[in-house]
Amino acid sequence: MSRALISVPPKVKKGQVIEIKTLIQHVMETGFRPNSTGVLIPRDIISAFTCTYNGTEIFRCEMFPAMAANPFLTFHTVATESGTLEFAWSGDNGFSVKESAKIQVE
Amino acid sequence: MAGVTRREVLHYAAAGTVLLAASPAAATPQAMQEAIRKVVGSAKVMPGRMQITIAPLSENGNTVPCTVTVESAMTPQDHVKAIHIFNEKNPQPNVISIHLGPRAGKASVSTRIRLSETQTVTAIAQMSDGSFRTHSANVIVTQGACLEDTP
Repeated sequence: MSRALISVPPKVKKGQVIEIKTLIQHVMETGFRPNSTGVLIPRDIISAFTCTYNGTEIFRCEMFPAMAANPFLTFHTVATESGTLEFAWSGDNGFSVKESAKIQVE
Repeated sequence: MAGVTRREVLHYAAAGTVLLAASPAAATPQAMQEAIRKVVGSAKVMPGRMQITIAPLSENGNTVPCTVTVESAMTPQDHVKAIHIFNEKNPQPNVISIHLGPRAGKASVSTRIRLSETQTVTAIAQMSDGSFRTHSANVIVTQGACLEDTP
């Protein structure tokens, strides 16, 4: 199980643009590197990430091997209502991690 | 050119070609252009009104911080639909494809990328009106993202 770190401001004003930061533990093996015996190490990356805000998608991305290990993403959203932000990562070898964060909008 | 015969020149030229052919698979600037074409189709790509920010000198190609900011009001009528980042010389031209909408509030994303060597990184922004913007940055990489397994 990978550890994921999420930073969402817990209390914000309505209409404010907030910054969301996510970091997840993953090797992001490119599939282009040979091991000590010269055999290529199979690709093992996170290929997709989605963030939803009370069920509405606000951010989505497709990742390729050129992403650094432990993918880090910073993006923004408008604080519209109190609720839950859900984060989902998926990738090679059935990799799937879900996280959520509460947000309170005043 | 005293002391260098025609035969030697031809010999080294041939050796150079072999060395180039033997280098590991790498995306070329053409491969990047093709990958960009796949995204933009036949649309015109205009430079300006967006910015890709990367340190011009990167000591470690394994993790290069990178920020893309697009000037946009991010309203339902006028917003950034997608941001794509491409590289010239990694084994694959794609880095990341990001999909945004008016809910983003601000078209600015940051991440960390891998670069195998000194090269140009290009970002493309797809706007809601169907237009495309672009901006490129040169990055000097002193130690590239490793292609061998760590011992």
